[in-house]
Amino acid sequence: MKVTVLYFARLREALQREQEILDVAPGVTTVAQLRSWLVARGEPWCSAFAEIKRIRAAVDQTMAQDATPLHEGAEVAFFPPVTGG
Amino acid sequence: MPVRVQREDFDAGAEIARLRSTDPKIGAVAAFIGVARDVNDGETVGTLTLEHYPGMTEHALEQICAQAKERWCIADVLVVHRVGELRPTDQIVLVAVTSSHRGEAFAACEFVMDYLKTEAPFWKKEATAGGARWVDARDSDEQARARWKETNSR
Repeated sequence: MKVTVLYFARLREALQREQEILDVAPGVTTVAQLRSWLVARGEPWCSAFAEIKRIRAAVDQTMAQDATPLHEGAEVAFFPPVTGG
Repeated sequence: MPVRVQREDFDAGAEIARLRSTDPKIGAVAAFIGVARDVNDGETVGTLTLEHYPGMTEHALEQICAQAKERWCIADVLVVHRVGELRPTDQIVLVAVTSSHRGEAFAACEFVMDYLKTEAPFWKKEATAGGARWVDARDSDEQARARWKETNSR
């Protein structure tokens, strides 16, 4: 399954990339599983996801939870807690 | 229910005039303007850079405004939020709510700001004498949002 993964703010800087298109392993069907799969790729994902607290996720531009399902072509974003306003 | 994310500054007076001038039922306007400060967490801030998630930001702001309209009897809501590089004293955000009476406008305006602070995908980075740093989310913002779940009115 192909998904587009976007990173913002501190996480984007730690990973030195804004986005990547990934063909994830079979069995990666939720936000939590995608996150674990990214961390299992090693550095820099491993350290970035460990060091940045309370990383949140969005799927198709809507706030998501660990159990939110993914689909072919999904746009998944990971980012630190928001600080606008 | 206009929502805008833009680099340019805004004129709050002109924005409010545009929001209310065609609806004679409006008897109240409550507005909030967020401004860039010169000191944060004890350090002098030179510039403040705001990053956002294009597309999702607008979507999130529209949803927050829609929730406010469901919850209170208000005429309209306007949100203008700036991104890019700002300096102390620069305006960051405008929220304006119109309604027949002031109570609804005050409450809805504060609700929109409290949700914007915790749900809209913006991130601030400060340039200080000690270097650049990302602003951490505050627990007090989460608490401010949480109280809207407990009660309908202030």
